[in-house]
Amino acid sequence: MLLSLGRRDDGGVELVAAGAWTAPNAAELERLVQGMTADSFAAGAGTLNLSGIERIDTYGALLLDRLLLAWKARGQNLGVVGAAGRHQGLLREVHGLTRPRPPEPAPRGADQIPLALEHLGRSVSDKGRNLVTLINMVGALGLAIVGVLRQPTKFRLTSAVHQLDRVAWQAVPIILLITFLIGGIIAQQGFFHFRKFGADEYVVDMVGILVLREIGVLIVAIMVAGRSGSSYTAELGSMKMREEIDALRTMGFDPVEILLLPRAIALVLALPLLTFLGAMAALSGGGTVAWLYGGMDPSIFIARLREAISLTHFEVGLIKAPFMALAIGAVACAEGLTVQGSAESLGFRTTACVVKSIFLVIVLDGLFAMFFASIGM
Amino acid sequence: MGAPHPASAVRIRDLVVCFGDHIILDQLSLDVRTGEILGFVGGSGSGKSVLLRSVIGLLPKRQGTIEVLGIDRDRADDAALHALERRWGVLFQRGALFSSLTALQNVQFPMRENLCLSARLLRDVALAKLEMVGLDARDADKLPSELSGGMTKRVALARALALDPELVFLDEPTSGLDPIAAGEFDELIRTLQQTLGLTVFMVTHDLESLRSVCDRVAALADGRVIAIGTISDMRRSTHPWMQAYFQGKRSHILATPPITGA
Repeated sequence: MLLSLGRRDDGGVELVAAGAWTAPNAAELERLVQGMTADSFAAGAGTLNLSGIERIDTYGALLLDRLLLAWKARGQNLGVVGAAGRHQGLLREVHGLTRPRPPEPAPRGADQIPLALEHLGRSVSDKGRNLVTLINMVGALGLAIVGVLRQPTKFRLTSAVHQLDRVAWQAVPIILLITFLIGGIIAQQGFFHFRKFGADEYVVDMVGILVLREIGVLIVAIMVAGRSGSSYTAELGSMKMREEIDALRTMGFDPVEILLLPRAIALVLALPLLTFLGAMAALSGGGTVAWLYGGMDPSIFIARLREAISLTHFEVGLIKAPFMALAIGAVACAEGLTVQGSAESLGFRTTACVVKSIFLVIVLDGLFAMFFASIGM
Repeated sequence: MGAPHPASAVRIRDLVVCFGDHIILDQLSLDVRTGEILGFVGGSGSGKSVLLRSVIGLLPKRQGTIEVLGIDRDRADDAALHALERRWGVLFQRGALFSSLTALQNVQFPMRENLCLSARLLRDVALAKLEMVGLDARDADKLPSELSGGMTKRVALARALALDPELVFLDEPTSGLDPIAAGEFDELIRTLQQTLGLTVFMVTHDLESLRSVCDRVAALADGRVIAIGTISDMRRSTHPWMQAYFQGKRSHILATPPITGA
């Protein structure tokens, strides 16, 4: 019996605590204590005998203290007797802690509508702030470029080459594979549907124009946003968390110049290169499918391709690439620098980076489509 | 908790730990007696933290045996290891708080996972632990990134003590605390040790805590325990590193008699 209630000869109550008042028994102890501290439980003054306690830890001490406090709140005296010397220190320690404790925070969910409105308002203002941060980042990168142009020795060439290796060279195999498959899929769909009205030959036009103008650059930009943008955010974010960026700043270095500019420049160089490779791979994929599935000889495919596409289509695709790269780089850097202290925030920012940069890539693509249409390209 | 209480809470025999070809701990043997506070000293890079991490099972050992609370990790099954891990608390050097949980939630985490408590008791105990280590209840809802270095350490200690363990490993508990806080910390460890019969294995550089709270001190050099005993035994040692450590410029605080625990 961990806690029992008895009567003394003089009429007072005698509470007897015994056994192990420790964490594994805490749930049961709490139930017992709860019973005796309930408002309906009127016992009167008396003593609390602790001589039977074998072991006690903070949990037990805290629950005993609850008993004492409950009696005190009723204005009745409850004297402690028989506490072993080795237990007294802990009981005193627990008893001496600050009272009363702050109330538990009220459970949420009472007012759904105001909460939803608050959430909406916050997310709108967050979006606005994000836009400002992004523009700020583009400005900072621009300023760093101006600084580097004025004083070219300030440019971190080694770092930029290293980043270029990571985002361009190491990305080549996966980009080639994906764009090859995409080219093949487009050609296959084209043959399947165009064959119905005998327009097989126009598959080459479709593959050529679609790949060079739109799909090549889009697929590559999306891949790069997912592959390199996210890694930039995670890197910069964890550097921010560990105060490495603050350390750079206090040593008189500009983090934008040292960390962000080489990364952004590497992306701006990498994306056109990868787009070119991707477009070539997609055309090869289209050609392969045309040969194997559509029964079109590669020489005919190449001849048709020469008629169907012009340098303009190629240019339209490539011109977009550096701008998309800049968008990805700016988003990745801005998100990385807004990481707060927690691991959760790092994950959130990395996700936000990928989502935002892909969104921006598509928006930019749309704007370019309108621009090129209006100048007749 | 019905496990036997051996005379040694931690028993290490001929422990060898290597990183590649580099031998960090070479045939190290050490006993931490149940109920004592053992201070563990050694130069930077001498392998103090490596020893601590090997004992709690974070680093693999090459040979030797480690028994903690009477259980040999190599022979114990998963359930026994899990039960063992509930019986100790670890304070990491940099706190290692969960960054997405508040201070209070960090302390509640082991309780929530291992015990079945009501929300009220959970909150009460966690707040009590935080207050015991000298934190204000107002700081309980702060995230680790909003806490200062000393506060982080206190929350980490509160978390290490959350389940009222029998054995606590402290990796430099007082580093980064101001002298007053460090003194309170020492006193707290003393109180807890006396009331809970806690065994404390403490890696420390703080001469003041070595003097005031440690029952025994062990010194690590060249991958072995070169001396173990009371602080006055340490001062009599003739080993050059021990001479430098215990008789050096800052060792004058050892000369004053220790404050006996409350």
